[in-house]
Amino acid sequence: MTWETVIGLETHVELATKTKIFCSCTTEFGGAPNTHCCPVCTGMPGTLPVLNKRVLEFAVKAGLALNCSITRRCKFDRKNYFYPDLPKAYQISQLYLPICRDGAVPIRTEAGVEKTIRIHELHMEEDAGKLVHDPWIDQTRADYNRCGVPLIEIVTEPDFRCADEVIAYLEKLRSTLQYLGVSDCKMQEGSLRCDVNLSVRPAGSTEFGTRTEMKNLNSFKAIARAIQYEARRQIELIEEGKRVIQETRRWDENKDATFAMRSKENAQDYRYFPEPDIPPLEISQEELDRYRAEQPEMAEAKMARYQTDYGLPAYDTQMITAQKALADFFEAAVALDSDPKQASNWIMGQVMGQLSARGMEAKDMAFSPASLARLIALVKDGRLNRNTAVKVFEAVFETDGDVDAYVREHSLEQVSDAGLVQKAVEEVFAANPKSVADYQAGKQKAFGFLVGQTMARLKGRASPQVVNETIKALLEQL
Amino acid sequence: MDLCQLTALELAEKLKSGQVTQADAIAAAQARIAAAQPENNAFVTVADEVSPTAGLSASPLAGVPMAYKDNICTKGVKTSCASKILGDFKPPYDATIVERLRAAGAVSLGKLNMDEFAMGSTSETSFYGPVKNPWDLSRVPGGSSGGAAAAVAAGEVWYAIGSDTGGSIRQPAAYCGVTGMKPTYGTVSRYGLIAYASSLDQMGPIARSAADCAAVLDLIQGRDPRDGTSLDAPAGGLLAGLTGDIRGRRVGIPADCFGDGLDGEVRRAVLAAADVLRARGAVVEEFPLPVIRYAVPAYYIIACAEASSNLSRFDGVKYGWRAEHYEDLTELYTKTRTEGFGSEVKRRILLGTFVLSTGYYDAYYKKALQVKAVIKSAFDEAFQKYDLLLTPVAPTTAPKLGESLSDPLQMYLSDIYTVSVNLAGLPGISVPCGFDAKGMPIGAQLIGPALGDGVVLNAAHAFQLETDYHKKAPAEKGGGRA
Repeated sequence: MTWETVIGLETHVELATKTKIFCSCTTEFGGAPNTHCCPVCTGMPGTLPVLNKRVLEFAVKAGLALNCSITRRCKFDRKNYFYPDLPKAYQISQLYLPICRDGAVPIRTEAGVEKTIRIHELHMEEDAGKLVHDPWIDQTRADYNRCGVPLIEIVTEPDFRCADEVIAYLEKLRSTLQYLGVSDCKMQEGSLRCDVNLSVRPAGSTEFGTRTEMKNLNSFKAIARAIQYEARRQIELIEEGKRVIQETRRWDENKDATFAMRSKENAQDYRYFPEPDIPPLEISQEELDRYRAEQPEMAEAKMARYQTDYGLPAYDTQMITAQKALADFFEAAVALDSDPKQASNWIMGQVMGQLSARGMEAKDMAFSPASLARLIALVKDGRLNRNTAVKVFEAVFETDGDVDAYVREHSLEQVSDAGLVQKAVEEVFAANPKSVADYQAGKQKAFGFLVGQTMARLKGRASPQVVNETIKALLEQL
Repeated sequence: MDLCQLTALELAEKLKSGQVTQADAIAAAQARIAAAQPENNAFVTVADEVSPTAGLSASPLAGVPMAYKDNICTKGVKTSCASKILGDFKPPYDATIVERLRAAGAVSLGKLNMDEFAMGSTSETSFYGPVKNPWDLSRVPGGSSGGAAAAVAAGEVWYAIGSDTGGSIRQPAAYCGVTGMKPTYGTVSRYGLIAYASSLDQMGPIARSAADCAAVLDLIQGRDPRDGTSLDAPAGGLLAGLTGDIRGRRVGIPADCFGDGLDGEVRRAVLAAADVLRARGAVVEEFPLPVIRYAVPAYYIIACAEASSNLSRFDGVKYGWRAEHYEDLTELYTKTRTEGFGSEVKRRILLGTFVLSTGYYDAYYKKALQVKAVIKSAFDEAFQKYDLLLTPVAPTTAPKLGESLSDPLQMYLSDIYTVSVNLAGLPGISVPCGFDAKGMPIGAQLIGPALGDGVVLNAAHAFQLETDYHKKAPAEKGGGRA
């Protein structure tokens, strides 16, 4: 029998507001435990939440970008459960009237398959803290720094049929949210977290099978592997005549397998009810219009524009727009009069190479568009050759050092003085009479050797073109 | 001159004129507390050191000693909600109301006893022992702000701040012969009030006159950016607005508040109060308000539901009491909460948990919210016709200690006249309007439309210009203001 996998996603995204959702504590990642918190976000008795208006703005902007309808009068609800990382013992979330509903996200998989993923809802909520277990003293400690960091949870309909579609959707989602500036979407810091609901059914069936929910998926790679593993596990169970149990399963990266965490059949009752401390929110037509007007140019639009305006190949535009920070970098360099194709080559080659070698994201890099523009200009003006320029780039990349100062201090400027080049060539001829004779006897190979010797004598700073021409001219005069 | 007999405004006047020093006033109050506390147990915490306010400001109550109910957060001072589970919890912050009153020169003498987590009508459920009524130490002072009402009645403080979720300021004020006001929901910041039922809780004054209440409300009302439910309404001017002129004011008497279950002596005293208002030119008439019969069940469902969530944070992990022996996390929670909460609190947490559970939410909680809306619109309709409503505060005068807790359902039903005011978010005041044959005080309630706090206070003031019930003081030990 052929089986079809059915997948729905619940994605939690931390919003990039400066302060938390209900108090003025910083949302900055990290920090010594319990230093980014206050009586409000630790739920001390008597304290009250006051909504950070930015959270609402970011959620609406995300919803608009995902083609959702916006709930103009929405409310918060309380989700009640006991756990030490949740100091109020309830999470302020949205159940009854989420801020956004009924969205649609067009995706294109790596294999070129196009489809639309429907968004069931997008709602706002607060993050919980973290529990840190110390095995040495066998104690668990609570760190509330993350309590109250604003989240949006984006819930899709069960529209995915394979891991490729899931990855394409997540990449699209990440790009969209980054372009909006509402989240940095860093999976390794947990600012984008994804739970995967998966079931299988015989191909052609319209009924859904029993689903499981997978957690602890910390990378796109883990998501793809977990989907493949879990689909196979469920199919094998059914083929063996067993049944799939509705439960939450944890992905174990090291074991490459999922393990049951808790059964949904005796799931806890969250006793949702309207949050009485926060009045219902009204979104005016003016606000909605403003948020709509503030929607930035997204990746697809940039790709098209780079192709028509700059004549860049489709491949280049896809690479550059994959991260908003790279696209911003590119546009800034072009605005500084860099040739678009040159800028694109540098970004796809050197810049992305450095980033990947350092495991960095573009948004965190110090290297500035101005420095790249300067490098490109120096090469264009013949003052640096390309290879030397790459060396300068590598030297200044980390701290965005001064390009001109580096070139000066290391005497890297291209030797364009014809007299100097000629003098070097003459010296090379004098030192290598055999090679000169070989060339005159018709051995083309000897020419390359003479070029190499000349470049070496000039410490690589000469224009290869000038060296070639000079050697040719002098050989003819012999 | 017995300073402890003065109203807060009278004392403030003497402080300002220099007739009385702050030290004298504080000493007089401390002496009264020392004598009364062993008898009536009005305080959970009596302040060790009381410093006079620096420089008497222009504020009308500057330098006047007062006290807070023990569910109001006071920085560095134990705030217990009269519960074992909070242990010696000392908040690292002041409630907004505490900041505002301190800035206005208030001098706090300590924290007042109450029903545990403000759940109760008798102030008997406190972990720190029951409060007793200064008029008769064998009787309850009412609740849950029983310590506040008893302390004001006994002359221990000139005014107190209580909280009122379903009558917890007004009913103890009535039982203790003092004046207590629950202002319009949202006019006093709840920041720093340890929540019982967030959508109904509101703090307010208990004092010896409506004018004192107006003076306190002038200081504590007004928008607070730390409370999202606080209203952006104009505040202040209540004291200045007390003209006592109520000519032409239309006062409605809901007939449904004078039916079965109302004690005859209470009925007579409240209807006599109507005559006093009439004599000052108000137009008084009866009208039906049948929805009031649904108020008690709707109130208990909503209040308990919110309480079950609000009180979940007391789990032994972060502050307060933690069970001494436990094997795992679940046991830490269950033992801490089993040992830390009293039985009335547990009853309400269980009720609230039940009504929010899957399968029961629609039948109970959702329906209660609908009833709340119906009650609110019935009041809105009544206020199309009337400026004020006059009702009893409680069906009887203060019962004996120990009589009520054995029959919680009966106790809940006695909240009939007060809870609808919270459900509708309205201002309500309790004014002394007589005594029963046993000499226990009776209270009358005046209710106004939302933000009609000034109308309510002015009518109460007019009533107090004609009567002297609010000037009577108990003669008992632990009372002894007379």
